[in-house]
Amino acid sequence: MSDISIDARGLTRRFGDFTAVDAITFEVNEGEVFGFLGANGAGKTTAIRMLIGLLEPTAGSAMVAGHDVATEPEAVRRHIGYMSQRFSLYDDLTVRENITLYGGIYGLRDSEIAERMHTLLGRIGLEHARNELVRKIPLGWKQQLAFSVALLHGPRVVFLDEPTSGVDPITRRRFWEMIYEAAAAGTTILVTTHYLDEAEYCDRISIMVDGAIAAMGTPAAVKASFSVSSLDEVFLRLTRSGVVA
Amino acid sequence: MSAFAAFVRKETYHILRDRQTLWILLLMPLVQVLLFGYAVRTDVHDIRLAIVDPTPNVASRALVQRFASSSRFQVVGVYPTTESLDRGFREGVLRQAVVLPRNVDRALLGPGPISIQVISDAADPNTGSIMQAYAGAVIQRWHAESAPPVALGVRIDLTTRMRYNPTLESVNIFVPGLIALVLTIVSAMMTAISITREKETGTMEMLLVSPLRPSAIVVGKVAPYVVMGFLNVLLVLGAARVVFHIPLRGSLTLLLAECLLYILTSLGLGIVISSRARTQRTAMIAALAGLLLPTLMLSGFIFPLDSLPLPLRVISDIVPARWFLAIVRGVMVKGAGLASLWPETVILMGLTVLLLTIGAKRLSVRLD
Repeated sequence: MSDISIDARGLTRRFGDFTAVDAITFEVNEGEVFGFLGANGAGKTTAIRMLIGLLEPTAGSAMVAGHDVATEPEAVRRHIGYMSQRFSLYDDLTVRENITLYGGIYGLRDSEIAERMHTLLGRIGLEHARNELVRKIPLGWKQQLAFSVALLHGPRVVFLDEPTSGVDPITRRRFWEMIYEAAAAGTTILVTTHYLDEAEYCDRISIMVDGAIAAMGTPAAVKASFSVSSLDEVFLRLTRSGVVA
Repeated sequence: MSAFAAFVRKETYHILRDRQTLWILLLMPLVQVLLFGYAVRTDVHDIRLAIVDPTPNVASRALVQRFASSSRFQVVGVYPTTESLDRGFREGVLRQAVVLPRNVDRALLGPGPISIQVISDAADPNTGSIMQAYAGAVIQRWHAESAPPVALGVRIDLTTRMRYNPTLESVNIFVPGLIALVLTIVSAMMTAISITREKETGTMEMLLVSPLRPSAIVVGKVAPYVVMGFLNVLLVLGAARVVFHIPLRGSLTLLLAECLLYILTSLGLGIVISSRARTQRTAMIAALAGLLLPTLMLSGFIFPLDSLPLPLRVISDIVPARWFLAIVRGVMVKGAGLASLWPETVILMGLTVLLLTIGAKRLSVRLD
């Protein structure tokens, strides 16, 4: 068992004539926080969907948590967590019912669910609202809850697709603290974002332009290779040259 | 708790918490039974009838009496001339008129033919011919009683009998159609909506990324609607029985089993729709236009299949409700058993398997 959690090789997805993801190759190490950056429509979400088995690649292959996405999708699913950019808990179920449902779906025992629910709610300070319908709790809390639920079954790799879009700065900060905590516990995190300040929090980043990876490395190394002082400038240069090409 | 049980429980919460929809689903069948039973009938009552009798006599009074004592007719008046008839029909005061010749009592004793005119308002052709038939029957019975037996000449005494539904109660025919209609709404439309809702809110992605198998997701989503559909069948049958005293001549077990089969058919239709529709709106419109109309029009529910033009009749063969209707009418009204209903049952099973396979396959293919 290697310590590489995500290993994508020439991953490609075409929709008709349009190439959404163009032969991307990258590796993510265990416990790493890997940022997936790119403008809207650059192919981030399509890439994630191929990695978690929601979309079949046109070409290329990917290993996630040591299993091939194409041939062992079920083994992959057991070891990953996913939080989409759309809110993904059930509005008409209570906090407790949502947690119990996901625990049940991932085959946790009732005692395990009860125990993890207790820790989880304590950590995000939502213990008092356990019997509230999710519809009634504030968005910031919902996002934290959704992330905690994605971690409930102890996945080895977690995919977060724009988890912080539309939440206030304080919640964003708290959210990143949670991401670090999970990474410190050995969970690999792949997170997409278009907030460039968030990219600075990542161990490594990759910037996608028109379906291809245009830059990859630690935030410092990426900045250095373009001899600029901020990721904003890197981003502008890449997208502008992308338009020219 | 198993993953599947957790999933079904969640689905049950969805149904129970959406109180408005739940009430609609439970009350709609009852309202429809009452509506169809009382309002939408094809048998005719209280026909406003005028009788024109230029020379009132014992025999003609006997005829008026016969019409007056029938619940089908309501005698508006007896007039000496046909003068006022036109206006009566035009203003809707009259729906039918019987015009007797002069001295009908004497004519009854004589050898010659008696000519009686029956005029009916045929603005609605079905009602028109039904009224015509009713009036004819009354006159025939009156004639048989009033005219002395004739020694010479042939007298044909035609006796007709409507089997299975001797009083021609249309409610007997509507209830099977109603079951099909209600199940199409509850099972097909509600499953289609509930599956597309998960696509719309993004929770479907969470489910597909989880270790739950796609087939388990589909079965878990539809299982509560099987229960709802069955509950509705019992409600419709119960209401029809208690309020309208509809007969059940065949086996109740067979009837319920066939209903269960049709619930599965409807679920299959719902799954197929949800595999194509992206939003709840689309799913609902597709279910209404694509399922409800054929169920109403092409199943024999409203228009007899025999009167459909050939192309439509061919299409009606793939409308599941058409086969279900034949089965339910057979069991309820004729008391038929599986021995004679097996072809329809086999066809319905075939359609069900086909729909469920297509639906599950389409849905389990990853979403994009």
